Amino acid sequence: MASISLKKLNKTFGALTVVHDIDLEIADKEFIILVGPSGCGKSTTLRMIAGLEEISGGELLIGTDLMNDVPSKDRDIAMVFQNYALYPHMTVYKNMAFGLELRRAPRDIIDAKVQEAAKILDITHLLNRKPKALSGGQRQRVALGRAMVRNPEVFLLDEPLSNLDAKLRGTMRAEITKLHKRLDATFIYVTHDQVEAMTMADRIVVMKDGHIQQVDTPQNLYDRPVNMFVAGFIGAPQMNLLPATIRRSGHGFTAQFDGRVLPLPHTFDVARIAPYDGREVMLGIRPENFHELAPGDIDPQNTAPFAAVVELAEPMGSEIHLNLLAGGRQMVARVSPRFKSKIGDAVTLTADMTNAQLFDPETERSILY
Amino acid sequence: MLMGPQVLIEVRLPNCSQADIRQRGRMLVTIAHATMSDNPVQAGRKKKLRVVSKRRRRVENALIAYSFIAPNFLGFAVFTLGPILFAFALAFMHWDGSNPITFAGLDNFWRLFEDKAFIDALWNTIVFTVVSVPATLACALGLAILLNQKIFGRDFFRTAMFFPYVASLVAVAVVWNMIFNPEMGPVNMILYTLGIAPENLPGWAADRHWAMVTVILFGIWKSMGYYMVIYLAGLQGINSELYEAAGLDGANAWQKFRHVTLPQLAPTTFFVTVMLTIQSFKVFDQVYMITQGGPGTSTLVLVYHIYNEAFISWDLGYSSMISLVLFFLVLAVTVIQFRRQKED
Repeated sequence: MASISLKKLNKTFGALTVVHDIDLEIADKEFIILVGPSGCGKSTTLRMIAGLEEISGGELLIGTDLMNDVPSKDRDIAMVFQNYALYPHMTVYKNMAFGLELRRAPRDIIDAKVQEAAKILDITHLLNRKPKALSGGQRQRVALGRAMVRNPEVFLLDEPLSNLDAKLRGTMRAEITKLHKRLDATFIYVTHDQVEAMTMADRIVVMKDGHIQQVDTPQNLYDRPVNMFVAGFIGAPQMNLLPATIRRSGHGFTAQFDGRVLPLPHTFDVARIAPYDGREVMLGIRPENFHELAPGDIDPQNTAPFAAVVELAEPMGSEIHLNLLAGGRQMVARVSPRFKSKIGDAVTLTADMTNAQLFDPETERSILY
Repeated sequence: MLMGPQVLIEVRLPNCSQADIRQRGRMLVTIAHATMSDNPVQAGRKKKLRVVSKRRRRVENALIAYSFIAPNFLGFAVFTLGPILFAFALAFMHWDGSNPITFAGLDNFWRLFEDKAFIDALWNTIVFTVVSVPATLACALGLAILLNQKIFGRDFFRTAMFFPYVASLVAVAVVWNMIFNPEMGPVNMILYTLGIAPENLPGWAADRHWAMVTVILFGIWKSMGYYMVIYLAGLQGINSELYEAAGLDGANAWQKFRHVTLPQLAPTTFFVTVMLTIQSFKVFDQVYMITQGGPGTSTLVLVYHIYNEAFISWDLGYSSMISLVLFFLVLAVTVIQFRRQKED
């Protein structure tokens, strides 16, 4: 059993606190990703779990055992470092075998485990090379292999893909996901890349300034962000945040932004919106919720025309990212590549409000969730 | 116009079935080699013009480069290369520094084998090198590791350890002679209080059995600070993630040292070894200050012997021959070290 509990975990460097009272329950065999901008404390948290940073306060439990003062090597964890940290003077084989040799495993068992890991990672032909004779992607595999041979209960991965080129990163993402399924271990993965977080994680932990912002499944994070930071961090291009005024209209509410009246769906919790009647809130609409034509499967009651001026069109091949100006605000809409427009064109799109978000402009917290 | 050679290439399309290919027929691709230019004379002239300008550019670049090297090289030629060549020639001459130089053939060379002092000096130099190189290296590395930790007063200790290297040799040697004074020096006082009988106390520089030990200890103490600084630089160049990875792999402090620090420091160790070896073969000043080669010939080293022959006996030819031996000794050892480094 390798569930992990962080209880009020703290890290301070002198007067500076970089991780504030973090509470987190990680289930056995879960793939959890810590994500956030640089300096948010995600790597420090991982290093505390690894035992590479001293824990300043709170408790770390692996299974049911308190790990605060247990040395790294006795925590039954393995780590993949951002720069791989392969031993430069050792061959790939030796790099992978080293941990087992230190633990005095029998030679034939070491060999079997190294060969097996090498086979899974497709690096058997590289076993006699030294790290400097490998490409970035190959080094990455060796680093994974070194972690695998020890059969740890927990894998810690610190930005393992950040040194690879975009294409290789895509491939390795899929491979690491597969590896997680195959190894049947708990994975804790740190990244600043929300795409990695969305595509690989069972659950994502969004962090900022040493605080956990939200812990949820990728889809829930995307659909129900609890605050403006999470809303802006998850999803690319970013969610558009527009100042809008809440007005009662019939049985429901509308949000009015610079003369545009946008209906709030009846599925929204009226009790939560009511206190904001007449007040300004931040309205969040994701770029893909703008359409050149309203798709047939959307309730027309939840849509409204949305006029804007084209500032820039970025063709992505499968879609176009339209940079728009509306009410003095810059925003982005994802439209189909068939949509023809020139810079300076006034266009009217359809805003789909079904998945719109509302945030309190002062607390930046979600009004809806 | 001349037709170039014709090449027939059969192209198979990997995703096509046999039937497909039959249906489409074979694709025959003919590649005609056209001549490079319709007018070879004109093309040749153009080419020639470019060659000239390239050569001129190369000459200009070389001149600029040499002009930068020249001042340094002139100094080297006058003060180093010239004397070396002169010394090489002198090894086969007789010269007392004032009378005319006479050709000696191999006289000086044969004399080496009859010169008891030379044999002693050669032996002492080898002993000095074999002991002091690894000892200095170990001390320097040990100090560097200690002073690479976050300990209180680290900067003070670093300075203190480096100080002997920059301090005046004369002053340092005077202090050293006092500390190791056989009668009233603090070292022997301490040994005495530790229970060593007065008749067994080492005579240090005055004792033919201890004189070499004294010189070696002095050498280690004087130069370890310098190599400590080099090792410190080497240590700080080691990626700290390697230690973290080794820690997670289960390595203890010794295993981290053995499997991370030492291999990572290999280039530094190589440099330090080569420098120390050369320095040890050329040892002179500390012998001069502490024992003057004595008692007897117990600390006579090659350079000291060269000095004696040259400026005490004024036999410059013979002293040059000993220098030549020293030169080839240092060269041989260095070449061997470089070879071994390459093999690794």
